[in-house]
Amino acid sequence: MVRRSPISNVFAGSPVKPLQDHIEKVHDCVKKLVPFFKAVIEKNYDQVAVLQNQIHKLEVEADDLKHELRLHLPNSLFMPMPRERILDIVTIQDQIANKAKYVATVVNGRKMVIPDVIAELMVAYVECCVAASRQAKRVVNELDELVEVGFRGREVSSVEEMINDLDNIEYEADKLEQQINSALFAIEKELDPIDAMFLYQIVHAVGEVADIAQRVGARLELLLAR
Amino acid sequence: MDILVANSTLLIGMAVVFGLFMAWGIGANDVANAMGTSVGSGALTFKQAVIIAAVFECAGAVLAGGEVTKTIRKGIVDVTSLGDTPELLVYGMLASLLAAGIWLLVATRMGWPVSTTHSIVGAIVGFGAVGIGMEAVQWTKVGTIAMSWVTSPLMAGAIAFALFRSIQKLIIDTEEPLEKARKYVPYYIFMVGFIMAMVTLLKGLKHVGVNLPFEQNLLYATMVGIIIALIGTSMIKRLKFSKKEDKDFHYTNMEKIFGVLMIFTAIAMAFAHGSNDVANAIGPVAAVYGIVSSAGEIVAKSATPVWILLLGGVGIVLGLATYGHKVIATVGSGISELTPSRGFAATLAAATTVVVASGTGLPISTTHTLVGAVIGVGLARGIGALNIGVIQTIFLSWIVTLPAGALLSILFFFTFKGAFS
Repeated sequence: MVRRSPISNVFAGSPVKPLQDHIEKVHDCVKKLVPFFKAVIEKNYDQVAVLQNQIHKLEVEADDLKHELRLHLPNSLFMPMPRERILDIVTIQDQIANKAKYVATVVNGRKMVIPDVIAELMVAYVECCVAASRQAKRVVNELDELVEVGFRGREVSSVEEMINDLDNIEYEADKLEQQINSALFAIEKELDPIDAMFLYQIVHAVGEVADIAQRVGARLELLLAR
Repeated sequence: MDILVANSTLLIGMAVVFGLFMAWGIGANDVANAMGTSVGSGALTFKQAVIIAAVFECAGAVLAGGEVTKTIRKGIVDVTSLGDTPELLVYGMLASLLAAGIWLLVATRMGWPVSTTHSIVGAIVGFGAVGIGMEAVQWTKVGTIAMSWVTSPLMAGAIAFALFRSIQKLIIDTEEPLEKARKYVPYYIFMVGFIMAMVTLLKGLKHVGVNLPFEQNLLYATMVGIIIALIGTSMIKRLKFSKKEDKDFHYTNMEKIFGVLMIFTAIAMAFAHGSNDVANAIGPVAAVYGIVSSAGEIVAKSATPVWILLLGGVGIVLGLATYGHKVIATVGSGISELTPSRGFAATLAAATTVVVASGTGLPISTTHTLVGAVIGVGLARGIGALNIGVIQTIFLSWIVTLPAGALLSILFFFTFKGAFS
């Protein structure tokens, strides 16, 4: 005979934790790109297939979390951050994992070879893009602190700084992308044309991981500017 | 008159049984709402909450419950208008208790939102207006009570907003939140003790026969505040902090200090709830006892006997022991979003509002007041997500509860009237 209490009903599930769980999963997926590319460079294609499988699995899990979050965010909620923005952020977060999955699928499917000239640069580049995703995760992990302080004051400036760092990481990734592209350009005549085409594509796609991570930061910044 | 004398034991017995039943219901269900925020924010274990509720609900009822009891007894229905038919009031009060009790039982079964306060007030207005006559109901007083149902959540919301903003400014948004919390939280604890003591001294104690001049009250309330603040400070000193715990969530250690504060606000809440809601059960009992024991003389200036206040307290403890502990666990686990700093702001705001209402003799809904306070904290962007749809449920509960209580009480009123004459 428990009476429904308006007290417990007034508290709805905060989207903060699910959002953080989601980006955690996304980053788990994205960071597999580092061992993945190392295996590609070593031409260890058994390992490449295993990692591609893992990346795919994590991407699906992230998808599930995304759906879960959307379903539990009815528009009758009153939140310190607009609902649309939360939905926006989770969509963008999810695209990071999608991009990682795309890269892994194409590279594994075509058993792609990374030319030795760009191997070293490529590892640095992938690591940089994964770092961008990690930084985006860190920023999202500050959301509960932001709610704690009511989106005011010192915590806000420290988050702004973190978003700034994220921008810098993305800038680094851009520079590396250019270096890889010019190195590729120098040897492209020696490569099979289609392979070269796909190499350019993959380099671009890896860069997009950092791009999208940066966009997560930008969306979060909009939460602060109120 | 003869009816009252001939059936005095039966009538008082019925009043006691019905009153106990109501008090049991309050203990079983409503107390959980008052204690839920404290359990939910993790400031109290569930066991501690039950013990605090048992002790301070009783204390609130006995020490500060007199004014609201008086309102329920003789503030809604004008007892002087009864003239030589005082038994009508006895039937009416019995009918109201039974109506409210049954309505609460049915609504709870069906999962409808109801409020104890609204049921009993609806029931008393119902039998008064139909059973005795429209002019017997003190409509201005009823109007004030109805107004207070709107203003109390608003007031609690405003206080909660201000309290939360103040701790944001003074403690949370600073270089060293932990140090600032250590420094300022004792003052908040003082505030809790002072407000509770002051209202009790000013308005409550005269019902147990203590009446002091204002300056003396001020002095005593300050002393109570200081003593409680000292106890709180020593509790804070005994807390252990470690930098490691702040790694995942930067405010873990600071929230521990608010946890201490929350213990005191939980006590205040239990006290406030006891001072307001227990009257719903024992007000009618006091009315019946007053008339029957004086053999029909409606004594305008009779104090509520302490044993009746205690009866309410015992009923609540029984409700807690048999059923309430389960409800507290359910409600508490539903509120995992609340950190002690928010819980404190919401609970203290609600407790202050309720205890002031108790002092003024206004029966209000503790639950609705607490919801108002929680929304106040939410407006300060302090809570992850709130379900505003609850406000609709609250309005709905008024619209349903008032007529339902009234209709049932009219029915029982005429039944009793027929049975005894």
